[in-house]
Amino acid sequence: MNKIVANAEAAIQGIQDDMTIMLGGFGLCGIPENCINALVAAGVKNLTCISNNAGVDDFGLGLLLQKKQIRKMISSYVGENDEFERQMLSGELEVDLIPQGSLASRCQAGGAGVPAFYTPAGYGTEVAHGKEVRYFDGKPHILESALTADFAIVKGWKGDRYGNIIYKGTARNFNPVMAMAGKITIAEVEEIVEPGELDPNFVHTPGIFVQRIFQGAAFEKRIEQRTVTPKS
Amino acid sequence: MLDKIGIAKRISQELSDGWYVNLGIGIPTLVANYVPEGMTVEFQSENGILGMGPFPYEGEEDADYINAGKQTVTINPGGSIFDSATSFAMIRGKHIQMTVLGAMEVAENGDIANWKIPGKMVKGMGGAMDLVASSDNIIVAMMHTNKRGQSKLLKRCSLPLTGVSCVKKIVTNLAVLEIGEKGFVLKERAPGVSVEDIQAATEGKLIIEGDIPEMKID
Repeated sequence: MNKIVANAEAAIQGIQDDMTIMLGGFGLCGIPENCINALVAAGVKNLTCISNNAGVDDFGLGLLLQKKQIRKMISSYVGENDEFERQMLSGELEVDLIPQGSLASRCQAGGAGVPAFYTPAGYGTEVAHGKEVRYFDGKPHILESALTADFAIVKGWKGDRYGNIIYKGTARNFNPVMAMAGKITIAEVEEIVEPGELDPNFVHTPGIFVQRIFQGAAFEKRIEQRTVTPKS
Repeated sequence: MLDKIGIAKRISQELSDGWYVNLGIGIPTLVANYVPEGMTVEFQSENGILGMGPFPYEGEEDADYINAGKQTVTINPGGSIFDSATSFAMIRGKHIQMTVLGAMEVAENGDIANWKIPGKMVKGMGGAMDLVASSDNIIVAMMHTNKRGQSKLLKRCSLPLTGVSCVKKIVTNLAVLEIGEKGFVLKERAPGVSVEDIQAATEGKLIIEGDIPEMKID
C-alpha cells in the first residue's frame, strides 16, 4: 500500500469548481498551507470551505478569499481577516457561523456515519433557527446534522505511506475529525517516515481515513500572536 | 472601582483546588495569573490543551503550541493535548467546573450576548455557545458599562444571544452580582463604589438586600 503523492499539486487533483472542502487548523496553527497555495495556483472557484477560521488577509484561507475563490464559508470564528469581513458584509461571500463544538462534532459525525445529533449549544439563539428542538432531562437541545466534504485537507507532523498520521501540539485541533469526514482525504505532513516508525500506540489518525499523503515542500508556520515571558 | 486586573483577582477567589477551568479571551485570561497560593487549577484551552502554562520564554515560542486566543503558550507538566471534538466533549459533558468569559451584554434573566453586532462586527461565536450551554458555573468578567457609558447589565439583551438563562455570576469594575429569580442580586461593591453608583450603572432590575459589603482584594 502506498498513498504517497509527489506534491501539493498532485494531491489536489480532482478538486473542482463548486466543490465542498474541509480544511483543518485553528487560527494559523495546523493549517494545510501547501495545499492552500496549490489551490490558489490552480484557480478553482466557487468553493464551499469548512474550516474553523478563515486565515488572515495574506496567509492561509485568506489567500483563497483574496482571489475570490470561496463562495461560502462554514466556520466558528472569522475575526482577524478584513477581506473576509468586507466580503461577508457586502454579501459577496455566504457565511454560516456555527458553534465550535458543533462544528467539531458535525465533522466527526459525518466521518462516523452518524447523520445527526442533539446538542444544547445554540438553543435560543439564531443558530437554532429552523432546527428541531427536543428536550432531554428537561433541557432543550437542537438537532445538528453531520458534515462531510468532497475533499478534506489536513496537516500532520509525521505520516507514512499507509496514511497514518501523528500531529504535533495544538496543531492537532480539527485535523483528526476532518480527516474522517472527507470522501477523499489529503494529508500534508512535515515528514514522511517509513512504515513502523510511527508507534501504533500513538497514531492519531489511522491510515484508513487518508487517501493521499505527501511531504510539504515548505512550512512557514506563521505565528498569529507572539506572546512571550521575558527572560530575567 | 476595579481595573481589569482587579476583576481578574476577584474572580480568582471563586476557584477551588482541583478544578478544571476554561478562560475566555480578554479579562478572563488574566485570572490564570492569580490562582491562590497552594491551589492547583488546570486551565483548559478549547483548541486542545489541558494544563495550559505561561507564555514561553523569548526564543522558545513554537507555532504548534497556541491557546484559543492564538497566543503562543506552554503546557505544564501533567498537561495533555487533544483534538477539537474531545475538547468539546469535556465542555459539553460538564467535565469543566468553571467557565469565565467576557460579554457585550448580560440580561437580568442570565441571557448573554457576546458574538455579533448585526451589520457591524461579525467575528463569530467560536466556542462560546457550547461553553454557555453546558457549564453550570458561568462567570462573566466585564466592565459594567460600555465605551459610551451605557449599562451592559440589561433587562433584555439587544444583541443576538450567545446563550439563554445561563450566566450565574457577573464580576465588573463596580460590583459582584448573581442572577436571581427576579434580577441582578447585588452581592459586593468594588472598593470606593457606592450602591447608588451601581444602581445608576445598571439598567436591569437590581436587587439590594441588606448591607452590601465591599470586596476584599489583595
